[in-house]
Amino acid sequence: MNFVTLLNAMPGAIAQGLIWGIMAIGLYITYKVLDYSDLTVDGTMATGGAVCIMLMMNGVNVWVALVCSVIAGMLAGLVTGLFHTAMGIPPILAGILTQLSLYSINLTIMGGKANQAVSVTKYDLIVSSRYVRELSIQNPIFITLIFIVVLIAILYWFFGTELGCSLRSTGANEAMSRAQGINTGLCKILGLMIANGIVALASALYSHYQGFVDVNMGRGAIVIGLASVIISDVIFGRLFSNFALKLFAVALGAVIYYIVIQIVLWLGLNTNLLKLLSALIVALFLALPYWKGKLRTTRKGGRSHA
Amino acid sequence: MLDLINIRKTFNPKTVNEKIALNGVDLHLNDGDFVTVIGGNGAGKSTTLNAIAGVWPVDEGKIVIDGIDVTPLSEHRRAALLGRVFQDPMTGTAATMQIEENLALAARRGQVRLLRRGITRAEREAYREKLRMLGLGLENRMTTKVGLLSGGQRQALTLLMATLKKPKLLLLDEHTAALDPRTADKVLQLSRQIIEENHLMTMMVTHNMRDAIAYGNRLIMMHEGKIILDISGEEKKHLTVEMLLEQFAKASGDEFVNDRALLS
Repeated sequence: MNFVTLLNAMPGAIAQGLIWGIMAIGLYITYKVLDYSDLTVDGTMATGGAVCIMLMMNGVNVWVALVCSVIAGMLAGLVTGLFHTAMGIPPILAGILTQLSLYSINLTIMGGKANQAVSVTKYDLIVSSRYVRELSIQNPIFITLIFIVVLIAILYWFFGTELGCSLRSTGANEAMSRAQGINTGLCKILGLMIANGIVALASALYSHYQGFVDVNMGRGAIVIGLASVIISDVIFGRLFSNFALKLFAVALGAVIYYIVIQIVLWLGLNTNLLKLLSALIVALFLALPYWKGKLRTTRKGGRSHA
Repeated sequence: MLDLINIRKTFNPKTVNEKIALNGVDLHLNDGDFVTVIGGNGAGKSTTLNAIAGVWPVDEGKIVIDGIDVTPLSEHRRAALLGRVFQDPMTGTAATMQIEENLALAARRGQVRLLRRGITRAEREAYREKLRMLGLGLENRMTTKVGLLSGGQRQALTLLMATLKKPKLLLLDEHTAALDPRTADKVLQLSRQIIEENHLMTMMVTHNMRDAIAYGNRLIMMHEGKIILDISGEEKKHLTVEMLLEQFAKASGDEFVNDRALLS
C-alpha cells in the first residue's frame, strides 16, 4: 500500500466525481425537488454517451452532439413521465420500464455493439482523462467545474420562475398544487425531462472522459446519485440553505463518494464488490432518519409513562 | 352563482365495497350566499365539495360555476374559480416552501405559469400587509418554511391563500375540525371576516351544529348522499340545535345518531 499511488489516483477520482456530480444534480431534481424516485437514470446514463459518441463518429460537431445527447435524455424523461401520468404506472415501475427499454435503444444507437471507443487524438473531446494531471485549460476537472457552475446558474434561475416554483410545489404538496391551479402531471413530466437531460449531459461528458461509451455504463447510477445526495445532506445539510449552494454540495457529494471509493480500492477491496458496498452504504444512510425517528418515539413514550 | 344538477357518484362500483356517495344532489347558490353544510359521517358533505373541486369526475350530473360548465374540466383547471381550505392543515400549504412562496403560488391561481419571476418585490410588500391583517405575527416571518408553523397558523395562511385571488366560490371543508377550540374559533372568525369583506359565495362543511347555525345565511343538511334540509333567511336566524335534530329526524325518518354532532 503505497500512499503515493493513492495521491496519484486523486485527480482522476475528483474529475470522475465532478462528472457524476452533474448526474447527481439531475437526480436531486427528481428525488428531492419533485419527490419522485426516478430509475430511468440508469438507462439515461448510457444514452447520453451513446448518442454523443455515435454522432461524433459520424462527423457531427462535438457541441451539436452534446446538445443532441441532452435532448435524447429529455425524451427518456418524457417517456417515464407519460408512463406515470398518462398511463397511471407507479413512479418506480415507470422508471424501470423506460430503463429496460433504453438498454435495447442504447444498443441500437451504438450499432449493435456493447461499447464504442473514441480516441482523444482523433476526436475533439470536451474532457479527457489524458489531461487529468495537467495544469492546463484542458484539465477535465477545470472544464467540468465550468459546466457545473453554468448548470447550477441556469437551474437556480429556473426554479425561481413561476414554472420552476410550480415544479417545487408539485414535489412539496400535490393536492395543494392542484388546488392552486397547477397542472401537476405536466410539472412531473417537465421535471423528469430536465433531470434526465442533465443526466444525459453527464453521460456524454463521462464517455468523453473515459474515451468510450459502454451499454452498462449507467448500471447503478441511481445508487451513486443517491449516495451523493445523502453525503451532501449529511456533511453540508446544515451549512447551506441556498438552493445553488445545495446543488453544488450535491456535486461535492459525488466527489467525496469517488474519493472514498478510491481509498477503499487502495485499501485492497475487490473491485467486484464495489457496487455491493455502495448499495449497503446508501441503505444505511437511508435508514438513519427512520431509526432516529423510532428512537425518539420510544424515548418519548418512556418519559410519559414515568 | 353555483348550480349542482343531479350529481351522482358511486365509489368502487360493482364491488363489495360499493358506496353510493352522492345520490342526486341538486343545489343552487346565489352570489354572496354563505351556506353551512352539516350531516353525519358519510353523508356526502366533503364528497360534494370534492365533486365541485373536481378531485375526480362525477358519474352523472352537471356542475356550473358562474355560468361556466366545469363538469368536464380537470381539478387544476377549475382551481381558477375556486378557493379551498381543507380539514388537514398539512393539505393546504407546501411545508417545505416559505410563507411568501406559498402566497405567490396562490396569487397565480388560474394564470399560465411561465418564466416570469415566481415572486416579485412588490408582491412581498402586498403579502406583508395581508399577513399583518391576520394578526398572527406572520408578517415578520415571511421567509419561514410553512412546515414550522402551527396548525392554526397554517389554516389561517391557507385561508388567505384561498382568497388572495378572489374566488367565485370558497370551499371550506371542516377547516377547523383539526384545531383546538380556541384556535378553531379564531380561524372561524377570520373566515367570516374575509367572506364578508369580499362578499364571497361560500360553502362551509362543519360537524359543529352551533357553528352551522351561527354562521352564514343558509344551512343545508345532507343524509345518504342527498340534501334533506335547506333552511335560509329568517327561518335560519331562529334555528336552534334542538330544532335541527327534530327536523333531521323528520326528514330522514332516522334518529340523528352522530355523537360528534350531538356533543356540540
